[in-house]
Amino acid sequence: MNTLISPHKGVFLDYSIKLGGEGGQGIDTMGSVLAQLFSRAGYHVFTHQEYESRVRGGHNFFQMRLSDAPVCASRAPIDILVAMDRASIPVHAAELAPGGMAIYDGRATKESHEGAQFLSIPFVDLALEHGKNRIMANIVATGAVLGMLGIDLQLLFAIIRQTLAKKGEATVTANMDSARAGHEYAVRECLKCAFIAAPGGPGKILISGNDAIGVGAVVSGCKFYTAYPMTPATGILNYMAGKELSHSIVVEQAEDEIGAINMALGASFGGVRAMTGSSGGGFALMVEGLSLAAMTETPVVIALAQRPAPATGLPTRTEQADLLFALHAGHGEFPRVIFAPGSPEQCLYLTNKAFDMAEKYQIPAFILTDQYLADSAWTYDSFDQDRIVFNDYRVRGEAFQGLGEYKRHAYTESGVTPQGTPGDGTHLVVTDSDEHDEEGHLVEDALTRVRMVEKRLFRKLPLLAEEISPPLMYGEGEAETVIVGWGSTYGVMKEAVDILAGSHKIALLHFSEIYPFPSVKKLDYLTLLEKATRAVCVENNATGQFASLMRRETGFLFRDRINRYDGRPFTVESLLAELKNVMDAGKGTKRGEN
Amino acid sequence: MAKFEDFEGRTSAWCPGCGNFGILKSFKQAMVELELEPHQFTIVSGIGQSGKFPHYVRCNTFNGLHGRSLPVATGLRLANHRMPVFAFAGDGDCYGEGGNHLTHAIRRNINVKLFVHDNQIYGLTKGQPSPTSMEGTVSKIQPMGLISESFNPVAYATALDCSFVARGYAGDGDHLKELIKKAVNHQGFSLVDILQPCVTFNKVNTYDWYKERCYYLEPEYDSHNRIKAFERALEYGERIPLGVLYKSERPCYEDRVPAIEAMPLVKQVSAPPVLKELMEEFF
Ligand SMILES: Cc1ncc(C[n+]2csc(CCOP(=O)(O)OP(=O)(O)O)c2C)c(N)n1
Ligand code: SF4
Repeated sequence: MNTLISPHKGVFLDYSIKLGGEGGQGIDTMGSVLAQLFSRAGYHVFTHQEYESRVRGGHNFFQMRLSDAPVCASRAPIDILVAMDRASIPVHAAELAPGGMAIYDGRATKESHEGAQFLSIPFVDLALEHGKNRIMANIVATGAVLGMLGIDLQLLFAIIRQTLAKKGEATVTANMDSARAGHEYAVRECLKCAFIAAPGGPGKILISGNDAIGVGAVVSGCKFYTAYPMTPATGILNYMAGKELSHSIVVEQAEDEIGAINMALGASFGGVRAMTGSSGGGFALMVEGLSLAAMTETPVVIALAQRPAPATGLPTRTEQADLLFALHAGHGEFPRVIFAPGSPEQCLYLTNKAFDMAEKYQIPAFILTDQYLADSAWTYDSFDQDRIVFNDYRVRGEAFQGLGEYKRHAYTESGVTPQGTPGDGTHLVVTDSDEHDEEGHLVEDALTRVRMVEKRLFRKLPLLAEEISPPLMYGEGEAETVIVGWGSTYGVMKEAVDILAGSHKIALLHFSEIYPFPSVKKLDYLTLLEKATRAVCVENNATGQFASLMRRETGFLFRDRINRYDGRPFTVESLLAELKNVMDAGKGTKRGEN
Repeated sequence: MAKFEDFEGRTSAWCPGCGNFGILKSFKQAMVELELEPHQFTIVSGIGQSGKFPHYVRCNTFNGLHGRSLPVATGLRLANHRMPVFAFAGDGDCYGEGGNHLTHAIRRNINVKLFVHDNQIYGLTKGQPSPTSMEGTVSKIQPMGLISESFNPVAYATALDCSFVARGYAGDGDHLKELIKKAVNHQGFSLVDILQPCVTFNKVNTYDWYKERCYYLEPEYDSHNRIKAFERALEYGERIPLGVLYKSERPCYEDRVPAIEAMPLVKQVSAPPVLKELMEEFF
């Protein structure tokens, strides 16, 4: 068994595999195949990717963990390092766990690494010999990893057949032969490979944050998705485009982000559920349209996948620095909903809730993710149809025609006026970006303005606040240390709590429904925080945006904060190290003076 | 069948004598003659004097943002491609702020009809030059005269192979009405650039100025000949041609979107697929 000391009780297996290579080498494909294979074999898997903003060259990696217990973050020590380029060894060899192994192709790179932790496997030569193409080096390496783990090739063969059948029998055979060659080589040569993969359970679902948002949208009845490509939101656009035919969804690549949000509003006005997505700079362009959604009370869902900025920032890296931007974006005052899922599971359910809130209250709803979550994949046994909400709040067809009179923006107690469908019946649907009367026509008088502000904003806000779920509490009820986070840091924080739980009274508070800010009615998180010796706010940004929001909304001041802003996600180890600093002697870093 | 009065909207806030009144009248007449009812179509507009247009017509209305009528119209059309969608814009609105959307609406050939109130000036913001203002136009912000060359919308659209390019004149209501009807009946994106005198701010391009220069394309003019159309489109100055300058029959966007081939999207709103079905590809 691997030397990694696993934190989980009764856990038998917990391996980390890192694939390193240049852009264009197919590291992500190789990683996805392995991750899919492990999840089909019934293991719990977590994957994450880091890549440079270039298509070829550069150094990228794909990291995965497989375990027989649930895992939700990457850990630093690597058990198997697959080096597909020269850079991988110098950059990552130090990460090898005691007992870990690095495999590389010394013949191709004309380099050799001495020591028990290194094994040269002629990926390229074997690919040429068995697959007649050096491109097969990847599949040789994939076979080799399975050989090292003592996993047989049947599941890999099934994936090869499934994905390559279209390309013909010769390609399938070449891939299988190459995989077998890698597998045999590893079994024969890697005598020191002490890895044992215990048999897994039933096959699992493996899904990334972006795909889960896509599923959430489709299952919510989204009929129109429009976006302009921007990393890391592009994956949602790809997913939705894949569903155009099978689920009758119109997916439109807009000319720019301004076009995207305006198109989404046009479609929504027309009577269908619509969504758009982008990242910081693209969303910046959408901001005027966001206010338009608010003024015209047109439902829209916006996926805002954060990446480091300002401007183009680090285009392919990760950060949680657009929370306050999403919260304050737009001119004027209007309600909105902001969700920040912490896992693909939450991506799915919260996208569904975002659609429901947007339609029910005729407001913009945000799903705030980031590159780390967007490109990470997690395993699950199943998802729950009963948690999916679908109510068509619009008035259509005969029901619309049946209304005695219709005014698109008529005052109501709840602030919500039934949304009619233009063309269904003889009633007219009129709306305006200018302040308007109940019918939707432009007006300027003060009294109407006041009544409309009350309708749009003050009446809806308290109802919206009621819909918000409390943060998730995990760990010790009477915790001395409470770590607090939001969005994508959920997994890594949960793992850190699991590790520290044996020796510390520690708990995690994770916020995924951020605005309206959750009240303490459903869960008194403020008392928990106030009773704790220390409350630490963990954020993947420089200024502690959530901590500021918390101060503003609840008056609670975090004395301790851990902020990472190098464009990389927290790893379990980096977070543990920072937490240790904070907890040592209870000094407190006093970085939280807002 | 709807009568002219059925399209009567709110009281207008335009200056007396404004060319927009002519456009409004021609449009309502065209709707009557096309036998459309007020609830059967939607007007999408931007911001400017033209942006107020839909308030003066009884119909479904989305009055959006400056320059953004076309993307809204595109989204609406894709949601319900059985409903006629008309976009009304100003020259600043559509050729300035929204230029990129125009390019791409033409490329898509979305079946939206765009009517541009081209008064060669910014009306609502009180008299700044617009993209179609003539070189040398003097205004408060160009006291020495406009340096940039004038944007030629019909030449631009023809160069992009826009499927229907026409020029009308607000001062000739009957001719304009016929153009509007032709545009509506055309399958594909239609641009009708409408010369619209702004009696308050544009002291150069007046009713008299247009009257002296405008002429009608002769009956034998072949609007399918792109090269000839381009020649006419470039004509602007001493003589200004009115009519359908260019037409090409190419399939419109919504006819090529598989998801709406059988039925408009808005008619396909029902219980969404179940999770299980979507999760299968992730096992
Ligand atoms: C984003 C934005 N920028 C500027 C304005 C101010 N604005 C309103 S109308 C207008 C120009 C109107 O000119 P034009 O489009 O030619 O229409 P007209 O009023 O002449 O019909 C401008 C610049 C605005 N409303 N929104
Ligand atoms: S300012 Fe010009 S365009 Fe505007 S209403 Fe007056 S005359 Fe018409």
